Amino acid sequence: MDILLSTLTLVTFAPLAGVVILLLMRDDQRDAIRWVALATALVTFALSLVLLVQFRATEPGLQLITRAPWIAAGGLRVDYFLAVDGISIWLVLLTTFLVPVSIGAAWGAITERVRAFMVWFLLLEVGMVGAFLAMDLLLFYIFFEFTLLPMIFLIGQWGGARRVYAALKFFLFTFAGSIFMLIAILYLGVTAGTFAFPDLQQIDFGATEAARIAPWLFAAFAIAFAIKVPVWPLHTWLPDAHVEAPTPGSVILAGVLLKLGTYGFLRFNLGLFPEVATQAAPLFGVLGVIGILYGAITAFAQSDAKKLVAYSSVSHLGFVLLGIFALNDLGIQGAILQMVNHGLSTGALFVLVGYIYERRHTRELSQFGGLWKVMPIYAALSMIVFFSSAGLPGLNGFVGEFTILLGAWGSGIGGVIFSQALTAVAAVGVILAAVYMLWLYRRMFQGEVTVAENKGLADLSGREIAVLVPLLIFIFLIGLYPKPFFDLMTPSVQLLAQGLDAAAVALR
Amino acid sequence: MTPNEFIVLLPALTLAAAALVVLLVDLVLPPERKHLNGWLTLIGFAAAALALTTWPAGGSLPAFSGMLVADGLAAFLILIFLIAGAVVTVLALGYLPRFGLERGEAYVLLLLSASGMVLMAQAQDLIMVFLALELLSIPLYVLAGLARPRLASEEAALKYFLLGAFASGILVYGIALVFGATGRTHFAGILAVQVGPQAQVLFDPLLMPFGVALVLAGLGFKIAAAPFHMWTPDVYEGAPSVITAFMSVAVKAAGFVALLRVFVEAFPLQAPLWTGAVAVLAGLTLIVANFAALVQSNVKRMLAYSSIAHAGYLLIAVPATVNPFSPAVLTDAGPVPLLNAEALGAILFYLLSYGLTTLGAWAVVMTIERREADGEAGGLTFDAYRGLWSRRPGLALGMALFMFSLAGLPPTAGFVGKYLVFSAAIEAGLLWLAVLGVITSLVSATYYLRVVVMMFMRPGEPTVAEGWGARLSVVLMAAATLLIGLFPYPVIQLAQRSLAVFVR
Repeated sequence: MDILLSTLTLVTFAPLAGVVILLLMRDDQRDAIRWVALATALVTFALSLVLLVQFRATEPGLQLITRAPWIAAGGLRVDYFLAVDGISIWLVLLTTFLVPVSIGAAWGAITERVRAFMVWFLLLEVGMVGAFLAMDLLLFYIFFEFTLLPMIFLIGQWGGARRVYAALKFFLFTFAGSIFMLIAILYLGVTAGTFAFPDLQQIDFGATEAARIAPWLFAAFAIAFAIKVPVWPLHTWLPDAHVEAPTPGSVILAGVLLKLGTYGFLRFNLGLFPEVATQAAPLFGVLGVIGILYGAITAFAQSDAKKLVAYSSVSHLGFVLLGIFALNDLGIQGAILQMVNHGLSTGALFVLVGYIYERRHTRELSQFGGLWKVMPIYAALSMIVFFSSAGLPGLNGFVGEFTILLGAWGSGIGGVIFSQALTAVAAVGVILAAVYMLWLYRRMFQGEVTVAENKGLADLSGREIAVLVPLLIFIFLIGLYPKPFFDLMTPSVQLLAQGLDAAAVALR
Repeated sequence: MTPNEFIVLLPALTLAAAALVVLLVDLVLPPERKHLNGWLTLIGFAAAALALTTWPAGGSLPAFSGMLVADGLAAFLILIFLIAGAVVTVLALGYLPRFGLERGEAYVLLLLSASGMVLMAQAQDLIMVFLALELLSIPLYVLAGLARPRLASEEAALKYFLLGAFASGILVYGIALVFGATGRTHFAGILAVQVGPQAQVLFDPLLMPFGVALVLAGLGFKIAAAPFHMWTPDVYEGAPSVITAFMSVAVKAAGFVALLRVFVEAFPLQAPLWTGAVAVLAGLTLIVANFAALVQSNVKRMLAYSSIAHAGYLLIAVPATVNPFSPAVLTDAGPVPLLNAEALGAILFYLLSYGLTTLGAWAVVMTIERREADGEAGGLTFDAYRGLWSRRPGLALGMALFMFSLAGLPPTAGFVGKYLVFSAAIEAGLLWLAVLGVITSLVSATYYLRVVVMMFMRPGEPTVAEGWGARLSVVLMAAATLLIGLFPYPVIQLAQRSLAVFVR
């Protein structure tokens, strides 16, 4: 019973209750279906707040451990093992926070087969929360992989014109990466006799014969997560998936699913293979910076608003990667905060693009202009979100990016000069982000109304504003007072950074 | 016949008796009552399951001078055969009349073939393996041609018969060579003769490898492993779907139990030779079958290649069942093979989960299939599945679950099966085979996903002939696929308890 009633189990599987109710409803009860889904998501969020209350901020290790044997075959045991620490708690909260927001955004975006959509969406939430909480590697893999199934249906059934292509590409790219991770997980499990993360962390890959194999294992994990993030040059599935996905799908894809990749880097690549991570850090730092610049420059060249936002994601996640592979407190804390920030601001961006798409059924930038005059509330809210995404001081994006750059500057990966040069180049990305966001803003909102159809557009309704407000609150909150957010993650991040330091010292 | 021998033979005997009953009853049944044959067949399968309960739990009961045995391994496999037989019968009740194939002999042959499989699972002697193989195969040759005068069905029957006979010939030749090398056909005798002082006199180590290789090739035909798989796509495509379903599940399981019994119980000392050969066969099968399945436009043919591919996944664990460096231990009663219960358990689990999933998938295929005369390639193309989700959401969801399970995606039984097989292979040092396994899984996901895409993401108006039998089978198999995927431990325990006799 302890296992079933633990907070972590409840947070993970609460959406299933909503799924059961939805399955018992009729297809034509659309509004009731939406409310049931929203209520389920809100209850899940409330449960995750309970988790936040129970969480002891001063403790660096895993907390609220829920563990029971699940599969035992021969000498090999797979556990049902959930736990939370300062690294995962914000990602869990981000997930449970973004799901009700997305369901709110689905109110207008999804009008057909609402029940099936909500069922897939709630199942997706189970997979995402489970992946962030799972501390048994095979269980993690199961949740990680399970998120694919609802997502291909969400993109493939409710997406745009090229939805099937986008869904398959998304699936095959991610699956192709994760099968190598599966082999690495199985190898680790067979070698160590356990899949439990804390036990595997005790294995000293530096000392044993396994040192030879550790780089391969690291690479197998890294490929899976690099595709998920996505790290340049493995990002090509992302624009397709984002452009074709329905608005709520895009919000969750950018907001949470991509974080599974960065979280995986942080938890498994850094946590299990600190030595290899130290050696590989310059490579990933460079890849991160390429992503920052490539994403920003490509975003600038887009004529489709959603594609622009998609490429801006590549750029933002480049920062996260740079922060993670700074391998120090500051960089990692900044990276975790930036994951949350990106979820909030890019989520909000996709919601905003969705609103205009629902009105005009186009996202071509040439079709817009002067919207400020027609939709002042929309324009004002967009301005805040755009600035947040561009990293304006006082809003959340600035805090994350600045901390990452500080961390990277002082990291010394690949030598002091190398890391500082890398950071300087990355800082150019901040400027580029301001350029493309402001350019987007100017083309959409400023000047005269250039297209006649835009003259009669209705401004945002109360419901549409209500979807955005929670996001905006946190955009301001993190921007103005980030301390509580940092406080909760500091002990766990310090523990991780100590391990990385020790590995770096051992290598010298 | 002693009472013990009677008990050991009881499941096979029950099935054979049921076959005779159906044969007699069919004579007096008017054409509109032919479905009663199906019900009698179901009773036969249920009675055989009941007969299984008379077996002693946890022990190993030899009979007929050690020709047959009643042990956990046999019981587990018989369970699979009976499930497959029962599901196929339920499906046949709807399928056969719809295609005008409702002939009494169909059920008779099904029961006879099943009794051959039961004997195969219990065999302890190469002669017995051969007899059981013929008993299970000959009825199937006829069943493959059940849809006569449809040309494809006749072709399937003839092809199956000719290649099956060819394979039997190879197997018999292998058995003869093994007999020549050892002077024994009994598994334990073959092993015993190679150990100790008498080996100098009685054992011919030069002849033995040839025998082992030919036995492997002969059984390779039956489990449809590449390069002995050439007959499979044509036969599976040409035979009536309900028979194909039975072949792809039950015949495969029977072939694998024969392979395990012979190679693990009789040839463990040859493990350094055959483990490598089996590993190569596994790798070849995975590559050939998965890439061939990728380019199919006919769902039945795709599933045929998929079933070949799954033979490959199963073969991955076979070399892991013995340790080539210490394949057997010497006890007072003679040498005894040393087995890796984990790998054997993985194979049993995989056979069951693959069987349940495949039966479900075939049940869906049969609801979409139409008479060829009705056009559109008999409803067997991928296009026939367009829009199934909007028409029959339950059916489409079930099929999606089966496809995901065959592709090995969590949280399905197929994923757990692959997990067990791959980890057994890695533990046995066959990392390359596991890597090949996951890479080909990616390929397989592509073609399984095509079905899902058609059902969910393409518009269409599919014609569905969904009887109660198909609906029941889909619901039961889907529930099993999902439940075993979420809570696999009881099944794993069952598989390992069935192997308790072997593990020392």
